[in-house]
Amino acid sequence: MAEPDQSVLAIEKLSKSFQNTAVLTNIDLAIAEGSFLVLVGPSGCGKSTLLNCIAGLEEPSSGRILIGGRDMTGVPPKDRDIAMVFQSYALYPRMSVAKNITFGMQVRGATRAEQKSALERVSGMLKIDHLLERRPAQLSGGQRQRVAMGRALVREPRLFLFDEPLSNLDAKLRVEMRAEIKRLHQRLGASIVYVTHDQTEAMSLATEVAVMEGGIIVQRGPPQEVYDYPVNTFVAGFIGSPAMNFIEGHIRKDGGAVRIEIPFDGKTMAVPAEHYPFVGSTEDGTKVILGIRPEYVTGRDRASGDEEVSLELVPTLVETNGFDQHVNLAFGPAEISGRFSPREQIEIGTPLPTRIDLSQMSVFDRKTGMRL
Amino acid sequence: MTARGLLYLLLVVFVAYYMLPLFVMVITSLKDLDEIRAGSLMSPPDRVSLESWGTAWSSACAGILCEGLQPFFWNSVKMVVPAVLLSTLLGAVNGYALSQWRFRGANLIFALMLFGCFIPFQVVLLPMARTLGLLGLAGSLSGLVLVHVVYGLGFTTLFFRNFYVTVPTELVKAAKIDGAGFFTIFLRIFLPLSPPIIVVTVIWQFTQIWNDFLFGVSFSQAGTQPVTVALNNIVNATTGVKEYNVDMAAAIIAGLPTLIVYVIAGKYFIRGLTAGSVKG
Amino acid sequence: MSAWLTRHIPKIAVAPSLAAVLFFVYGFIAWTGYVSLTRSRILPRYQLEGLDQYAKLFRTPRWDVAMENLLVFGVLFIAVSVALGLLLAILLDQRIRAEGAIRTVYLYPMALSFIVTGTAWKWILNPGLGIEAVVRSWGWEDFRFGWLVDPELAIYTVVIAGVWQASGFVMALFLAGLRSVDQEIIKAAMVDGVSLPRIYASIIIPSLSPVFLSAIIVLAHLAIKSFDLVIALTGGGPGYATDLPATYMYAMAFSRGDLGQAAASATVMLMTVAAIIIPYLYSQLRQSHD
Repeated sequence: MAEPDQSVLAIEKLSKSFQNTAVLTNIDLAIAEGSFLVLVGPSGCGKSTLLNCIAGLEEPSSGRILIGGRDMTGVPPKDRDIAMVFQSYALYPRMSVAKNITFGMQVRGATRAEQKSALERVSGMLKIDHLLERRPAQLSGGQRQRVAMGRALVREPRLFLFDEPLSNLDAKLRVEMRAEIKRLHQRLGASIVYVTHDQTEAMSLATEVAVMEGGIIVQRGPPQEVYDYPVNTFVAGFIGSPAMNFIEGHIRKDGGAVRIEIPFDGKTMAVPAEHYPFVGSTEDGTKVILGIRPEYVTGRDRASGDEEVSLELVPTLVETNGFDQHVNLAFGPAEISGRFSPREQIEIGTPLPTRIDLSQMSVFDRKTGMRL
Repeated sequence: MTARGLLYLLLVVFVAYYMLPLFVMVITSLKDLDEIRAGSLMSPPDRVSLESWGTAWSSACAGILCEGLQPFFWNSVKMVVPAVLLSTLLGAVNGYALSQWRFRGANLIFALMLFGCFIPFQVVLLPMARTLGLLGLAGSLSGLVLVHVVYGLGFTTLFFRNFYVTVPTELVKAAKIDGAGFFTIFLRIFLPLSPPIIVVTVIWQFTQIWNDFLFGVSFSQAGTQPVTVALNNIVNATTGVKEYNVDMAAAIIAGLPTLIVYVIAGKYFIRGLTAGSVKG
Repeated sequence: MSAWLTRHIPKIAVAPSLAAVLFFVYGFIAWTGYVSLTRSRILPRYQLEGLDQYAKLFRTPRWDVAMENLLVFGVLFIAVSVALGLLLAILLDQRIRAEGAIRTVYLYPMALSFIVTGTAWKWILNPGLGIEAVVRSWGWEDFRFGWLVDPELAIYTVVIAGVWQASGFVMALFLAGLRSVDQEIIKAAMVDGVSLPRIYASIIIPSLSPVFLSAIIVLAHLAIKSFDLVIALTGGGPGYATDLPATYMYAMAFSRGDLGQAAASATVMLMTVAAIIIPYLYSQLRQSHD
């Protein structure tokens, strides 16, 4: 039965279109047992459709999906050995919490004793023992979320699917539940595919992130790698908050030396790029976008690497959050944002000594948006 | 007079306007014929007499039958109960399938059914009469039940569809993953949600079918006429003395069931009315 | 087999109803349309004869009267019901006492059969013992109110009874519309010092335009179908002075035994309704799917 392939989930050349509109194009994806894969992207990128295809709630137009090595083409959702948690929780309104959790077992013909022991196990794990007799309407958002997870856990499936499960919770509860999901994953070693539009959620939960845009997977890898080495300007701008700064310039090659020249205040600022790990070869004069994350734009008192430039930039907006000051700085006709120490005295309109650490910069082709 | 006083005066005037016919009907039905001929329309009866009610119920002549409204009243009951139940049940299944299982063509099917609610029924009278004849249902109560079920489907489907369309489709997805099928999901998850819309639909259908005259007069015969047809026959009888008090008593009897439903469950009645005209 | 069944069960569940609607609605419409193109009398004949029935229909004075009556009745019925319904809704929207009870009174006629309504108003409007007699007994000896038996005026009695029955329904529609107007807009206007009548005239009533549309559509549809009310109130008389297309069709079908004429008149009725309803349904369905 099971092929030697160790993937829990393998997706091969999957495409899906609705009435001639392509929603997913040629998706290839495989995840290993125990991974926590987060599909992240803006709304309309196809991430939920992909999840629905995995669940069997929608049929791919072409390609196939394997779960545990078994081809799932034509297999109904109930026989896929999966469980799913939905954004709206999708709790059955007229059933008690206990009934919600055991309904699936009952439909499948499990005995009362089996249902009872499964219910006890799961409700204990999620600390919802005291809620079992209530109706969904009598629960708070966080409690509903737990019940929805309980309904999934009780299945003990090969693969868990989460469809934006935290989007309907308020900010504080979202952080709490996020931690809870992470703990469950660590404890159960379950394999999870998780869809969200929230990059913070993706970064904090995933063992692997797949960034989607326009029906394709743009980049896939461990969160830190995606953060540090975005493959294009879309990923660079989407992952990270506040967003990465983009500065326009062009490549200048002088014998062995490579630098990026940036027009700034009528002058030209030269950024050395000898140590930058270019993906391919570059030509002199190529128009580029330099990407620098705000945390590398800092004040004098913050430690910084060797590769840095010092400038005086004029602050236009300051937002404080207690542990940082987010500062927008005029940079030629544009603005860049930086993070400064909360102790730094910053005044709007007064030039501020600024350091830009270039060791973690990214360089993109301005024409294609791809990483260079 | 203050603006507030004027407001209440207007409201009371309109209350009088709407109550007047009912009031006149009731007092007329309680008078005897002599008093009706002599007295004024709006004065209360000198002597309250329930005789006309008895006549209307059990001995007034509707067409050739002189047994009052009674047999026709029961005809209506026998017609309304199965027609309401069947059309509601079918509407529930249709509404559920069309809103929660959006298969290709679901919207077209819904549009086709919806248009069916609005056709002037004159356009189906002739072929329906022939079809009922071919089915051996001409002039029978079963035939009337069939007619009312068929032409009630559009509205019952509309009610249930618009109700179920507000339920997130994730519920069906979750239940599918739990292993439940189309009918299990309907019976275990959607029907338990539905009492409010069932009440609205049942009341709407009951009122529509009970009050129907066109189908009743077209497709029934002497023994199977519904109460509205019998009432019309009593009132418009051309022979004998015109007994206004009996007419009024008969009209009240014929209107009473829907009136009672309205008084008891007016909220749901209004919901049905407004749902039938403004959607979404 | 069972996988196929699982996939198609929603369609199978709807299929009987769809089949019924296709046959009993669309099939029947087609049949009626077809028969309207034949010379069918008591029994249907199936040779097509073109548009003769329609030519005959439009030459028939009785049909002209019916269409004229429909126009008079339709316009007055809709206009008065909408005006009265809106007025009642605004009155009821002033945070009055006993609103529930008053609303119940305004709306109860809608629960009655048109036959009952017709019977009641026939009694009230009858010249010998009805309103006329009442006003005379108040000393107004010359008062005359013989509309019911006056061929010129009888159609207005149908309007009176129809408005009595349907205006409460329009009131309910408007009241629901008024209650869904954003209260903050009204507060903002009040803060700006706009008077209450102005607020109604320039803010609230214009925002009710979808309700106007719905009310007019439903009333127009009721008017075109009106049959029971005329039968019970005037029987189409005096003569055929209060005939409507619906009663004309019925007379042709069941007392004159002229299926061709009945089918042609029914088809004209359908066209009239379709011209109003289809654009309305189309816009409503589009809205709810976007």
